[in-house]
Amino acid sequence: MRAQSRLGLFLLLTPLLLWLTLLIVIPHIDMLLVSLRERVGVGEYRTSLANYLTFLTEPLYLWTFLRTALMSVLATALTLLIAFPVSYYIAKIAKGRVQSALFLLCLVPFWVSELVRTFGWMILLRETGVFSGLLQWAGLVDGPVEMLYNDVAMMVGLVYTSMLFMVVPLVTTLESLDDSVIEAGYDLGGSGPSILREIVIPHAMPGIVSGCIVVFMLSLGNYLTPTMLGGKESLWFTELIYSQFIVRFNWELGAAFGFMLLLLSSVIVWAVLRLTGQTLEKTMG
Amino acid sequence: MIPSIRQPRAVRLAYNAYVALFFVYLALPLAVVSVFAFNDSQFPSLPWEGFTWAWFFGDARPVIGVFHERPILRAIGTSAFVGLCVSLLSVAVGTCNAFLFNRHRFRLRGLLYVLMLLPLVIPGIVLGISILVFSSTLANGVEDGMGWDIEALRPGLVLVVLGQFSFITTIATLVISARLRKFDESLEEAALNLGAGRLTAVRTVTLPFLAPAMIGAFVVAFLMSFENFNTTLMLVGSDAPLTITMFDRLKEGSTPVLNAVSLLLMIGSSLLALGMIAFQKKS
Repeated sequence: MRAQSRLGLFLLLTPLLLWLTLLIVIPHIDMLLVSLRERVGVGEYRTSLANYLTFLTEPLYLWTFLRTALMSVLATALTLLIAFPVSYYIAKIAKGRVQSALFLLCLVPFWVSELVRTFGWMILLRETGVFSGLLQWAGLVDGPVEMLYNDVAMMVGLVYTSMLFMVVPLVTTLESLDDSVIEAGYDLGGSGPSILREIVIPHAMPGIVSGCIVVFMLSLGNYLTPTMLGGKESLWFTELIYSQFIVRFNWELGAAFGFMLLLLSSVIVWAVLRLTGQTLEKTMG
Repeated sequence: MIPSIRQPRAVRLAYNAYVALFFVYLALPLAVVSVFAFNDSQFPSLPWEGFTWAWFFGDARPVIGVFHERPILRAIGTSAFVGLCVSLLSVAVGTCNAFLFNRHRFRLRGLLYVLMLLPLVIPGIVLGISILVFSSTLANGVEDGMGWDIEALRPGLVLVVLGQFSFITTIATLVISARLRKFDESLEEAALNLGAGRLTAVRTVTLPFLAPAMIGAFVVAFLMSFENFNTTLMLVGSDAPLTITMFDRLKEGSTPVLNAVSLLLMIGSSLLALGMIAFQKKS
C-alpha cells in the first residue's frame, strides 16, 4: 500500500514539475540570463548590466515605466471605486432571481474577447463615432469631436476591461457578510459611513485585495487597450517590450524590460499582500 | 444599507440609478459593435446607411461577408484547434494537480502550491517572451550541437499552445480542486471495501463526481484560450489565431466584417457559457 502510494505521488508530481520547470521557472531564468548579456560583436556576448543601464539612463524608457505603473494604480483605484457600490448592490440589496441575473449580466462582456470590447470603445469614441454623432445631433458641438487616442479614452478602456475581476471577488466576499451584523451596527448607533468603514470594508478586505491585485496585473500587462485607445503620448511599457522583441529584434534589451515589468508587478503584489496581511494562497487559491 | 433598514427615498433612487448606469456602461460597447455589423457602409461608424445582412453573407467585392472571408474562417479554425489542445492539456494536468494537492502530504508541498499559483500574477506578455527566449535558446543549442532545426521550437502554433497552457493550467487546477475538496472520501473507501482496486475506485466513483468541474474547467480554458491576446502575440508564427488576425485588421481600419465576426463570437461564447451553467445546475 505504501509503495503504491509513493508511486501515485510520483506519477502525479511528474506533470506538475514538467509544467512548472519547463514553462515557468527555466524560461524566466533564461530570460534573466539573456537580459544580462551584452552584444560586443557578431555572435559574441559578455555578461554585463549594460541593458539595465540603458533602461535607467534613457529617459523615455524610465519615464514610460513609471507612467505605466502610476496609470495602472489609478486604473485599479478607479475600478475599485466604480465596482464596490455595484458589488454591494448585487450581494446585499438585490434578492433571488434579480441577484443572479445581475451577476450574470456582469459576466457577459467578459465572455467575448478583449479585442471586441476595445473595438466597441473605438466605435463609440472616434471622430465619426456614436458619441461624436450624438453631440452633433444635440447641437452641443458644431463639428465632429475626436475622443479617441488620449489618456482618458485609454483609462475608460482599462477600467472596462478589468471590471469583472473586481466585481466577482467583491460580490463573493460581500455575500458572506451576514445582514444581522450590519443591523447590529445600526442598533449600536452606527451611521451609514461608519458601518461601511468599520464593518463592511474590513469584511470585504480579502476580496478587495485579490480584486486589486488581478486588476493591477491586467492593467500593467495590457497591450491592446493602450495601443488601440491611447494616443502618441500614452506609450505603455508593454509596447516597448513588443517593439524591442518583434520590431528591433534587440532581445537582450527586451528581456531586461520584461524582467523590470515582472519585478515591478511582483514588488507591488508582495507589498499589497504584506500591508493587508493576506497571503497569495488565501487570495488566489 | 440593507433592505431591512429604511433609507431616504432619494438615496435609494440615486443608488438604483447608479447601478443602472453601470450596466449601461457595460452593455454599450458590445451593443454598438453588434449594431454596426448591420450597417450598409464600408466603415463601422456613423452615418447609418441602412440595414444589411451583407457583412455576414456578401460574396462579392467590395462587400465580402464573414462566411466568404477565407482568412477569417481559417483564423477561427486555428483558434478552435489551439483552444481544444490547450483545454485538453490543462484539464488533464489540472486534474492531476488537484489530486496531488488534495490527497498527498509531501515535502515542498507549500512551495509547489505557491509556484503553481504564480502564473496568475505574471503578466501575459512576460510569460510569452520568456517562453520565446527559452525555446529559441533550446532551438539554437540543438542546431549548433546536432545540426537539427526543430521547427516546433520556433514561433508557431506549438509555442502558442504551450504559452497559453502555462497559465490556463493554474485556473483549471483551481476549478477542479474546489470540487475535489467537497468530495466525501468515505465513498471511495466504500468502493475499496467492496473489492475495487484503487484505480477502479477513482475511475468509477471520484471521476464521475469531478466531471462537472472538469467540463467547466474545459469550457473556461477554451474561452480563455480563444480570446487570449498578450501571450499569443509574442509566440505567434505564420498561422495566426483569430484575435491576432482581427488585431491586424483593426490597425488597418477595417470594414464592418469585423463587427460581424465579433457578433458571432459573442453569440458563440454566450451559448457555450450558458450551456455550461445549465449543465452545472443540473448536476
